[in-house]
Amino acid sequence: MAQITLSNLAHTYIPGGAHDSDFALKTLNHVWEEGGAYALLGPSGCGKTTLLNIISGLITPSHGRVFFDGVDVTDLPAEKRDIAQVFQFPVVYDTMTVRENLAFPLKNRGLAIPDIQARVALIAEMIGLESVLDQRARGLTTDAKQKISLARGMVRESVNAILFDEPLTVIDPQLKWELRTQLKSLHREFGHTMIYVTHDQVEALTFADTVVMMNEGRVLQMGTPESLFETPAHTFVGHFIGSPGMNFFDAQIEGSDAMIYGQRVPLGRRYKTPSGRIQIGIRPEYIQFTKEGGLPAVIKHVEDIGRRRIVHAEVAESSVKVSVPDGCPFDITMNRLRFDPDKINIFVDGWRAQGETL
Amino acid sequence: MTKIQNNKAWLFVLPVLGLVAFSAVIPLMTVVNYAFNDTFGNNQFFWNGLGWFEEMVRSERLHAALGRQIVFTVIILAIEVPLGIFIALNMPKRGFLASLCLVLMALPLLIPFNVVGTIWQIFCRIDIGLLGRAMSALGVDYNYTSDAIDAWVTLVVMDVWHWTSLVALLCYAGLQSIPSAYYQAARIDQASRWDIFRYIELPKMSGVLLIAILLRFIDSFMIYTEPFVVTGGGPGNSTTFLSIDLVKMAIGQFDLGPAAAFSLMYFLVILLISWVFYSVMVARDAEEEG
Repeated sequence: MAQITLSNLAHTYIPGGAHDSDFALKTLNHVWEEGGAYALLGPSGCGKTTLLNIISGLITPSHGRVFFDGVDVTDLPAEKRDIAQVFQFPVVYDTMTVRENLAFPLKNRGLAIPDIQARVALIAEMIGLESVLDQRARGLTTDAKQKISLARGMVRESVNAILFDEPLTVIDPQLKWELRTQLKSLHREFGHTMIYVTHDQVEALTFADTVVMMNEGRVLQMGTPESLFETPAHTFVGHFIGSPGMNFFDAQIEGSDAMIYGQRVPLGRRYKTPSGRIQIGIRPEYIQFTKEGGLPAVIKHVEDIGRRRIVHAEVAESSVKVSVPDGCPFDITMNRLRFDPDKINIFVDGWRAQGETL
Repeated sequence: MTKIQNNKAWLFVLPVLGLVAFSAVIPLMTVVNYAFNDTFGNNQFFWNGLGWFEEMVRSERLHAALGRQIVFTVIILAIEVPLGIFIALNMPKRGFLASLCLVLMALPLLIPFNVVGTIWQIFCRIDIGLLGRAMSALGVDYNYTSDAIDAWVTLVVMDVWHWTSLVALLCYAGLQSIPSAYYQAARIDQASRWDIFRYIELPKMSGVLLIAILLRFIDSFMIYTEPFVVTGGGPGNSTTFLSIDLVKMAIGQFDLGPAAAFSLMYFLVILLISWVFYSVMVARDAEEEG
């Protein structure tokens, strides 16, 4: 287990690339605590796998240093960093049995046979592989093969970190949920530093204590799942997290009020009149329908998704989504929207602005 | 759902059937005819039953040719398969050099068999051949026309030169299909170079490797043109392999009955071994799919 420090880290795949757009990963400085569960979340191509491979040592960064517990490991290859990594697609040794697959990394490190056996048995039980331990890996289903990969990642007791590169992509949904819970409890039990790359917000938010939200090679926000939901640092985070994502309106700020299409919307805080493009962001969960007051809206259609309904509406030219919980009164005469003032976020040129409490 | 029965499509196969009949079935049947009959000319045939087969099975001449054939096939497989794998493992994986290697490797495969024979026949001659002259100049007593061992070495080296590329190219294709995550995982698991070969590369290329072995087995077991051009089966009978012996028997001596029985058995042996290979491959694929 180790604390991981990224110092002025950046990476470009283009030799000698210096322009901002050449960088797959833009300069970042972070300290990731020992024993933490981190998720790197972002859309495809945002640089999250590049970052993961830099930490594991499969890629040497073009700029900056990586430290494990204060020791510079930037130039150490993957096999010397004492990390474990699970890949997106199952990587199994076809001709070995499941048991041999799990024992392989331990055997290569010269562990005593009784220790190997005990460890393999423990992990196999936790991941749910006991019944196939003596089968050859070749004939198993994709799900089972990915379980082997996960188990091989978890099997070593003393690792600096365990890295997961979208490990549940190929797993079917029911099992996905099960394995995610399993990983979480393994983390609680062994306390390994875990870094989990995914583009699935549900996976990130349920697995991690700290979510690192990335886009276009840049870390936009690092925080608890709650803070990403309530106070996204960037409009992209607001848009990406949540289902549906945050609603945005262009607005002007007047002290503690925002003007949207000529309508006054009270904010919970006071903002200095900033320059740049100003947007207010409000989550669908924090908008209520009322009969009077608030913004006039035209309701387009309603989607019933079980526990709640998603109402698609329009305010002037902007479309807005509102989440109405079951049992909450809602009818066609309620065509005005009221925003919960405490839950409104203000963004200036995409980045969240801090307000002063009134 | 009911399956539509429409067998008219079979009519399209008829022209091919006709062609194949003329090019393969009728000649083969002629061979079968010779194998079970004896003739004293004049197109008069007498039923001989399994007589020719019994004679051939007991023939020491055939035993000797079969022995030479097996030794030759085993030697070239034992050299070409490991050498092909070794070359494939060490070929550049991408870029200009990879393309260059592929082209160079493919060249020997494109040369007609008798040209390969002629090239080596001249190359190894001690009077005008580059290799032959060089060997003499170095004081090596080398002469493939008079020394059986030299003749064998020449044929083996020629076959290795001609066909190792095939094994190497097939293995290369197998290696290229391994995702890089396998190598990365192996590094993280601290697998040794041998482990990577043994547990990742070999299993992943075992499919194409089986095909390569099958092709090389069939080809070398039927080898005719190159030894015919280089040594003509000599010196003595030392490089008379099955097909050379067969041609000597059929066209040299005009022993059509024994030669026909011989060629049918030859055909069946190759068919049998190919079938074994095929069954192994199918069983492997079935296991792969679970």
